[in-house]
Amino acid sequence: MISQIFSLAFLAQTIRITVPYALASLGGVYSERGGVTNIALEGIILNGAFSATVGTYYTGNPLIGVLCGIAGGLLTALIHAVVSINIKADQIISGIAINLFAVGITKFVLEILFHSSSNSDRIPGLPHIKLGFIEQSPDIARLFGNPLVLFTILIIVASQFIIFKTRFGLRLRAVGENPEAADTVGISVTLYRYYGVLISGALAGLAGTWLAFDQHSFTDGMSAGRGYIALAAMIVGKWNPLGAAAACLLFGFAESLQIQLQGAGLPTQFIQMIPYVVTIIVLAGFIGKAVAPAADGVPYEKEK
Amino acid sequence: MPYAIELLNITKRFARTVANDDVTLKVLAGSIHALVGENGAGKTTLMETLYGLYQPDAGAIRIHEKEVTIKSPHDSIKLGIGMVHQHFMLVPPLTVLENIVLGAETTKNFFIDLKKTTAEISELAEKFSLNVPLTEKVENVGVGIQQRVEILKAIYRKADILVLDEPTAVLTPQETVQLFKILAELKEQGKTIVLITHKLNEVMAISDHVSVMRKGKIVGHLETPKTNPQEIAQLMVGRPVLLRVEKSEHKAGAPVLGVKELTYVDRRGVEALKSVSLDVASGEILGIAGVEGNGQSQLVECITGLIRPTSGSITINGVEIVGLNAREVFARGLAHVPEDRIKRGLVIDLSIKENLILSLQALPQFSSRLSMKRAEITSNAELLIQKYDVRPPDPNAITRGLSGGNQQKVIIARELSRNAEVIIASQPTRGVDIGGIEFIHRTLVTARDSGKAILLVSADLNEILSLSDRIAVMYSGRIVKIFPDNKVEESELGLYMTGSNQELIREAK
Ligand SMILES: Nc1ncnc2c1ncn2[C@@H]1O[C@H](COP(=O)(O)OP(=O)(O)OP(=O)(O)O)[C@@H](O)[C@H]1O
Ligand SMILES: [Mg+2]
Repeated sequence: MISQIFSLAFLAQTIRITVPYALASLGGVYSERGGVTNIALEGIILNGAFSATVGTYYTGNPLIGVLCGIAGGLLTALIHAVVSINIKADQIISGIAINLFAVGITKFVLEILFHSSSNSDRIPGLPHIKLGFIEQSPDIARLFGNPLVLFTILIIVASQFIIFKTRFGLRLRAVGENPEAADTVGISVTLYRYYGVLISGALAGLAGTWLAFDQHSFTDGMSAGRGYIALAAMIVGKWNPLGAAAACLLFGFAESLQIQLQGAGLPTQFIQMIPYVVTIIVLAGFIGKAVAPAADGVPYEKEK
Repeated sequence: MPYAIELLNITKRFARTVANDDVTLKVLAGSIHALVGENGAGKTTLMETLYGLYQPDAGAIRIHEKEVTIKSPHDSIKLGIGMVHQHFMLVPPLTVLENIVLGAETTKNFFIDLKKTTAEISELAEKFSLNVPLTEKVENVGVGIQQRVEILKAIYRKADILVLDEPTAVLTPQETVQLFKILAELKEQGKTIVLITHKLNEVMAISDHVSVMRKGKIVGHLETPKTNPQEIAQLMVGRPVLLRVEKSEHKAGAPVLGVKELTYVDRRGVEALKSVSLDVASGEILGIAGVEGNGQSQLVECITGLIRPTSGSITINGVEIVGLNAREVFARGLAHVPEDRIKRGLVIDLSIKENLILSLQALPQFSSRLSMKRAEITSNAELLIQKYDVRPPDPNAITRGLSGGNQQKVIIARELSRNAEVIIASQPTRGVDIGGIEFIHRTLVTARDSGKAILLVSADLNEILSLSDRIAVMYSGRIVKIFPDNKVEESELGLYMTGSNQELIREAK
């Protein structure tokens, strides 16, 4: 039975579930490292998925769909940025409002464009890159031939360097930890916080794009809480790109296990608990104290 | 000689206060210019306006004889202005190196060029003897090091005008001497320095000119060699100030506070207190002199019940208090003026009247079973505000908006109103102006004369020498010497404080 469960198909499934978590979670890292709490990830994913679907549907070109998905995420994040950074409103409330707004607007436009309250018409998937050496295993080839999977792996690793080794990352972290200190050395707190939130918009929009292509359509409310799970993973990963990605992989694994075990004769309620039990055990047992950036969620007032 | 800085008719208003009222200040290039004035006089505001953190409501700024507009620190940094702020502007989880280069990073293929940067900073550090651990996180280094990091930050940006806002407030006497050597060297290289300080001996020691501010206005520009501390003090406060404490001979009574063989090993296993014994009698002030970080903080925290000693005993009137928590210790007759007023002494976002009853809030005087007695709390505040001259005299003012000196007065007022038998005062006048110091010193002496037992901990030798009836010196977790009176030379105290008097110390063991 064990070998049945942990098959290549299982691995493929785990990765499939992990990718959108990882992209959104990484987005959360950028936003919160810069000092803006971003629970709007959920709504950004949803809008990203919808924009990607519409873009692909009308152009027939999945690459344009990807760009639309990113643009949808960016625009949604822009709202969050203006409200949080310029208007200095409560960032949690802004996030909740955006999440509710995303549910409403996607449903509304879905009705207009596709005359359905539940799902869009079918769209094509992303073209695959041929990777000769794994062609013999179709599950794996399909996955790693997917440019978004490759991009996700790349961006996770790159982010670890971007955040901790580059000028941009240093300034972003400074702005999130002590904006006043950053201000006194001539760094524009507003600008860097915008960068953080907008990058999170692009990445979470891409997470939504993945969902749409994975399913070949948009369905109402398809983000299904992934933005919140991504935030939890970001915290478990202590606001580090690699940590957040590892946490996402763990969640993806647990969820995949849950799906796999559904046919195994165990009580379903018990099986559905698995991802959450894993989360709690990891949080309580292995992670230790997770310290958020000191100015996370606090608007910066220039003249005190 | 040309002027490096000209602040012309600067006015800066905040919601309720005029912090700078038509202020004109000119600083000669290549000179050290001291800026002094009472707490809340507007010194910091003036310099932060120069630095671009505030926009003046009126007035003009000229740098090196050219009119400039400074919209943000970005502009001032470009003009060669560097500032060391009164409250450190460091990012605690970043390393010392990251803090120094922040905003002025050198990069190589996208990455911060650690090799080149490290070499550059090491060279600067060497040149000015500003040793700092570059790879350590700022949150793990002491305030003395943080101060050096701030100075390095300014020098690294090639600042040619350097503003230092009370840089010596947290420095030990040795570190201050070191800093002044650096400033002299910078001046030698033609840099212009503005130094804000409350310590007039520092003004006399290092500055070429001194400007005095009072209540938002400049009240005098003086040439340092042609003036004296007395004159500066009088200008600052608007009346003659006693620069030394007047006090009668002390009449010590029976010992009240007794500390016996107190040992404290901290979480990292460092023995911070090594068998410390002392007692304080009613009607006396025992001063504890010592370079900061030699166990004074731990001693105070043990006595006040904030940490639990590893072994030893502490008694008030013969009753053991080790093992009691802070509230129980207070109930046994102890008052505590903590060294960190923001962290331990006040809840900074509460009003003055609320801070004045902190730790007293449960007394029947201020609370009935279900609610607080608002009228009593307000009248208590009004009384104390008047008695201790807290400004603004508004019980509802939020303490965050008060100047440092006035925040300190709120704490002193609360702790003395507690009417405790033992008063522990840690750095009671740090960052406080000379008018405030005079007042706090007088208050402590009055408390002594009324029979309180006072333990004074201070890094300021002047304060120790002028207030104490007896002086204990702490070094490396030990009391290395107790002088039976205050007739000691500063230099002799210094020897014990730095552990240079090794034989004597061994003798004391
Ligand atoms: N951001 C602010 N908002 C409102 N009022 C302020 C602000 N900053 C300073 N003030 C007020 O302006 C006045 C001048 O303050 P400032 O900090 O310049 O004094 P200072 O001379 O530096 O005092 P200290 O010696 O205590 O540092 C004070 O009355 C202070 O309460
Ligand atoms: Mg000041």
